[in-house]
Amino acid sequence: MAKAEKPSAEGAVSGIPRRWAMVVDLDRCTGCQACVVACHAENNIPVVGEEQAGYGRWMHWIIIQRYWEGEYPNVKARFMPVMCQQCTQAPCEPVCPVFATYHSPEGLNAQIYNRCIGTRFCGSACPYKVRAFNWFRPEFPEPLPEQLNPDVTVRSRGIIEKCTFCVQRIRRAELDAAAAELTLADGEIQPACVQTCPPSALFFGDLNDPDSRVSQLARSHRSFRLLEHLGTDPAVIYLKGGETNV
Amino acid sequence: MSEAPTDRPLEFEERVLLAKRTDAEINQAVLQPMLRTSPRFWALVGLLGAIVIWGLYAWGYLVTWGIGTTGKNRPVYWTLFITTFVFWVGISHAGTMISAVLRLLKADWRRPITRGAEAMTAFALMMAGLYPLIHLGRVWKFYWMIPYPNNRFMWPNFQSPLMWDLVAIFTYLIGSTLYLYLALIPDMAMARDHTNGWRYRLYRILGLGWRGTQGEWHKLHRALGIFSVVIIPVFLSVHSIVSWDFAVTIQPRWHSTIFAPYFVVGAIYSGLAALATILVIVRRGMQLQEFLRAEHFNALGRLVMIAGMAWTYFWFAGFLVEWYGNEPVTRELIQQEVAGHLAPLFYLQMVANLLPIALLALRRVRTTPGLLLASTLLVNVGMYTERMLIVIGSLQRNDLPFNWGTYRPTWVELSIVAMTFAGFALLYTLFSRIVPYVPVWEMKEGRLRYSLRRIGRLLVPTAAEIE
Repeated sequence: MAKAEKPSAEGAVSGIPRRWAMVVDLDRCTGCQACVVACHAENNIPVVGEEQAGYGRWMHWIIIQRYWEGEYPNVKARFMPVMCQQCTQAPCEPVCPVFATYHSPEGLNAQIYNRCIGTRFCGSACPYKVRAFNWFRPEFPEPLPEQLNPDVTVRSRGIIEKCTFCVQRIRRAELDAAAAELTLADGEIQPACVQTCPPSALFFGDLNDPDSRVSQLARSHRSFRLLEHLGTDPAVIYLKGGETNV
Repeated sequence: MSEAPTDRPLEFEERVLLAKRTDAEINQAVLQPMLRTSPRFWALVGLLGAIVIWGLYAWGYLVTWGIGTTGKNRPVYWTLFITTFVFWVGISHAGTMISAVLRLLKADWRRPITRGAEAMTAFALMMAGLYPLIHLGRVWKFYWMIPYPNNRFMWPNFQSPLMWDLVAIFTYLIGSTLYLYLALIPDMAMARDHTNGWRYRLYRILGLGWRGTQGEWHKLHRALGIFSVVIIPVFLSVHSIVSWDFAVTIQPRWHSTIFAPYFVVGAIYSGLAALATILVIVRRGMQLQEFLRAEHFNALGRLVMIAGMAWTYFWFAGFLVEWYGNEPVTRELIQQEVAGHLAPLFYLQMVANLLPIALLALRRVRTTPGLLLASTLLVNVGMYTERMLIVIGSLQRNDLPFNWGTYRPTWVELSIVAMTFAGFALLYTLFSRIVPYVPVWEMKEGRLRYSLRRIGRLLVPTAAEIE
């Protein structure tokens, strides 16, 4: 992983054609969990039920983290959607003994299900704890099998899975554009969560294109990245929330 | 290791006791307990076997239904399996410590306990080696970690500490087993010459046609000399690498430069304590009072005490820096350890690790088998708890408070942990009935050092430098 990937201040990464990135505007997030539902539907993520979820075994690839601020009665709920941060310097990658977790040529942090043997080392190494493990054989009770997405593998038990930035949608858009000999326009690719978000709190695009929407948002004075001091160089950029986030 | 001058006459007397025995008597004293198997022995074997079978059932259950049958969750991805893995690797350290280091230092008191220590290393490593498999989500794909040319056109990731682990543990297992076997050859030949039936056939094969010529002894000593030197870096590397499984991540409380020496010292502490525990039990069970005497327990007890002091120093050096560093998550973890939900484990760790150091400072504790047993058992309770705190405790907290978690063990995990404890005891028990537990040739060699010589009418006890 000793490539010359020197990100500029806005998070662009040289050496790769596109730097896929997501912007999360915390000012707009209402914590409605629509993105979570969309993600489950798009990516064939099993629902584990109340008891298992209560024990910390939910499989969400995007998690609405809720923090309480202040003392009763002046309490505010703060919501922060957290998905795989697609780190450029990912702590999960070097620890996997079988290259199931690896850095794809286009700069995404890929999880290759077929290679995973389930050491869960990546999970222990990930500071954001966004990696979900298939504790049991995933089950899709009727009628859920009817809506499984054919573009996405259904994972087996005993392996790790996580947010892919809906890589199947990226692929399809790229292939369609190549077939029609067109270039991809900014905003043409939308992961399921971005597409669904009712208040449009999520944006997806290419950070290497300085004119893209995400690049513009990333230059905002409100922008920050999660646990930036760890030096993981994430591709998810948050825009700080203000008083509207109540 | 210099002994107080007042100790000397008594211990010398004890050593000379063996000098009065003939070779044949020593052979019989070692061989007889091997051949005697009382109903109590078979009851023990049956009990241990039952626990192992139950544990195998639990493992089958785990494989059938998934890792979810354990108490793991997000963020506590690693739990009792890794804890016990670290524990067994730790136990395995004392064997080499005793036999290789003490052989090089020519510490004479090692002689009767080397075989027991080396066997402990081999069996503890076998138990440790099970855990990286047991804890896999897809255990049937474990061979993907083994580097060999394959149809997937993939090598394992040599950047991963798990790969280092695999290499280190296999190297250590092979090395320590060969080391155990090398020192065993002359005793196999001795046993071959004194047994008949299936034992004779077994020992004849294992004895490799040993006749005890000058050339054979020369080669054996040379091989043991080489092995003693070569295995020391291996044994230091194994637990360092186990520590790097944790230390290379940025998980709070794991990401520490002191982890490698801290783990090595902790491993020596718990391993030596386990050796003392086992020796007390085997001595009682096999009536080896004549060979395993107060002087050996005294010396071993001192080593445990010194290792304990070193552990305390390393623990404190790590803890102090983390405490003063005052990073928010580390602060939270230390808060939980000292006064929160991890406090029972924390204080158990401290008491069970520190109290034995004070106890073992007393000569009476070191030389009284019962007291030695109690204090060394306490050490391993403490060291197991320490590993639990490191693995399970630390994982419950991380940089984003929403991701904090808890952990409850399940019957599956507890059964599998019990399986390896019973499995270790079972292998060790059977081993002690098949292989001479006391290395007879080493005893005889050491005996030459302490002999009675006749000067005129006087019998004078003498000590000589040999080797």
